[in-house]
Amino acid sequence: MVNKLIVSLSPHVHGGDSVQKNMYGVLIALVPALLVSFYMFGLGAAIVTLTSVAACVFFEWAITKFILKRERSTIMDGSAAVTGILLAFNLPSNIPLWIIVIGALVAIGVAKMTFGGLGCNPFNPALAGRIFLLISFPVQMTSWPVPGQLASYTDVETAATPLALMKQAVHGNADALNQLPGSFDLFLGNNPGCIGEISALALLLGLVYMLWKKIISWHIPVSILATVFVFAGLMHLANPEVYASPFAHLFTGGLMLGAIFMATDYVTSPMTHKGMVIYGVAIGFLTVVIRVFGSYPEGMSFAIFIMNAFTPLINTFCKPKRFGEVVKK
Amino acid sequence: MKTFRIGGVHPAENKLSAGKAIRVAELPKQAVFPLSQHIGAPAVPVVKKGDAVKVGTKIAEAGGFVSAAVFSSVSGKVNKIDNVVDASGYRKPAIFIDVEGDEWEDSIDRTPSLVRECRFSPEEIVAKIKDAGVVGMGGACFPTHVKLTPPPGCKAECVIINGVECEPYLTADHRLMLEKTEEILVGVSILMKAVKVDKAYIGIENNKPDAIRLMAEKASAYPGIEVVPLKVKYPQGGEKQLIDAIIRRQVPAPPAIPINVGAVVQNVGTAFAVYEAVQKNKPLFERVVTVTGKSLAEPSNFLARMGTPMSQLIDAAGGLPEDTGKVVGGGPMMGKALATVDVPVCKGSSGILVINEKEAKRTAPQPCIRCAKCVSVCPMGLEPYLLATCSAHGDWERVEHEMIMSCIECGSCQFTCPSHRPMLDYIRLGKGKVGGIIRARNAKK
Repeated sequence: MVNKLIVSLSPHVHGGDSVQKNMYGVLIALVPALLVSFYMFGLGAAIVTLTSVAACVFFEWAITKFILKRERSTIMDGSAAVTGILLAFNLPSNIPLWIIVIGALVAIGVAKMTFGGLGCNPFNPALAGRIFLLISFPVQMTSWPVPGQLASYTDVETAATPLALMKQAVHGNADALNQLPGSFDLFLGNNPGCIGEISALALLLGLVYMLWKKIISWHIPVSILATVFVFAGLMHLANPEVYASPFAHLFTGGLMLGAIFMATDYVTSPMTHKGMVIYGVAIGFLTVVIRVFGSYPEGMSFAIFIMNAFTPLINTFCKPKRFGEVVKK
Repeated sequence: MKTFRIGGVHPAENKLSAGKAIRVAELPKQAVFPLSQHIGAPAVPVVKKGDAVKVGTKIAEAGGFVSAAVFSSVSGKVNKIDNVVDASGYRKPAIFIDVEGDEWEDSIDRTPSLVRECRFSPEEIVAKIKDAGVVGMGGACFPTHVKLTPPPGCKAECVIINGVECEPYLTADHRLMLEKTEEILVGVSILMKAVKVDKAYIGIENNKPDAIRLMAEKASAYPGIEVVPLKVKYPQGGEKQLIDAIIRRQVPAPPAIPINVGAVVQNVGTAFAVYEAVQKNKPLFERVVTVTGKSLAEPSNFLARMGTPMSQLIDAAGGLPEDTGKVVGGGPMMGKALATVDVPVCKGSSGILVINEKEAKRTAPQPCIRCAKCVSVCPMGLEPYLLATCSAHGDWERVEHEMIMSCIECGSCQFTCPSHRPMLDYIRLGKGKVGGIIRARNAKK
């Protein structure tokens, strides 16, 4: 007995947190948005989500086993499933299966496993997948089913998204803004768009859950949303005919999804609270700039992608407030 | 309610022995006294093989200014002076004494009466504390007389007494505050007199409401002593965190020390030892030790003589359970795992924690997911993930620049890490290397 004592350095206890707990926590936080997507897009949402998750988990398993030849598979940590759902959430519900599989391969294979797997990727895998698809298949990626066609998958009636209408307004279509659904409809999610991005309410529920479980801190989502609100609000005040209201900006497109679930990705966001705020403000700013002045109607994914690239730089310059730096009163 | 401002975690408290009154442990058959029970130079033996000693006889004198004398806790004969493995895991020279009877030095006042009036001058108090071999009882074991002698240019403004006991499981200080309340308060008054200040704060976390109530009630009779209830948060018992929590001042990065912001911090156990040394002429040779653990039959608080083997205390608490995986000297956050339980109780032995096999094993680490939780919980405002990675790569210049020497090794980062990364192992490695580099650089100057 006495000879068998384990000797290791302190601490001798652990708080019980784990990668799995955090990843499964994110999955739980995604459930409200998932339910809304089923309610709005029915069969199409189910097929796209399942395919995306299955493809992401499969690619992670296959690459770990056959290319990296690691003994322990990492699919049970839940990160591939999170990537799968987030990728699906960034796709329209009528997208063909083979495009989803390509997106999953880019997300997991190129953006994640090439760099060594979880924790090593400089860019958010789901976002990389989405951007690859958006650039490669612009037609399929921008045809948006009208909500309510529950039994159909690819053969659906499509319509312009609120963001496209807002873009038209900037380009001189004076009537475009009047065709926008009301802010409350946008908030609930009753409008065309990607599977998981439509309902701000459902995504905010997810945010509350993640804050409550301490999976993420408030810094990134709040600074993104506040920046978009203020910046879009100023433009709206300057010319309400051309620039949509800040509420329309907040509740449309991928803003909520991006601010709550994509920009807060642990691996690709800054390590200090100060850095997180800078990162969030920059994403919010870039999003509005791209939405209003860029050629794409949506700027969220590009804004996050650009700021992912700046994360190492932010980490180098934003140090936490060291103990003892506070000047004595 | 007050607390420190940066970081912190909330480990499960598990204060199993909080309701158990202090029991006097049995005398050992042989007592072992390592010569290095404190920070600083080892003590120098003043007895030799065959000498007869009494309880309270000085057996080794301080080996320098930063050092402390060692006293026998038993009466009997010196058996040998030899190496022994102590709680630190290293072999160190020690004095072995075979116990015969229990005969005390005549100079020690053994009556239970409280001696409130202190008739000594500050210099005499510091001299008496030094002569009694008193060191910090919280676990760091820094010689107390050194802390009471501010370096030139520094002036003490207040005394801060640490009754926080933020380590999970440990209850020794808690019991002492309940059972030796007045003695601690007299000890605090003596400390105030020694450093010539008229203000003292006793910080106690509010998971010990009985101790807060009792200490506050009795403290009203002692001018200048204020009990400060603190919000429960680890590592509040860290010297720098406690100062920040109570007087809102932050000690700058090393080499600055608490006296640079006017604070002298002492543990409640030290205040009690100071009382006994100054008022009762009793040198430091016994202390309260918590013996605890989830599968231990009877978690207890013992008043144990120094030199008693820890195995004897564990037996008195019900014996080592079958499922024991690890035995820790101290608390679970900062204590040291023991290679064997046959080590003597020393001045810094605040507790013995028995951990079962399942909890004793570390979980295999996963890759860092950069969740930044270690950064948020670090009470020193450091970036543990960065220090650990750079230390693992041997980039000593970078870790020094990132202030690795400010790390207090509280373990909050590793405690909170979802990937179970052994960050503190690497940070300790880095601190050791960088400490050596700094010393070499200073020697060259």
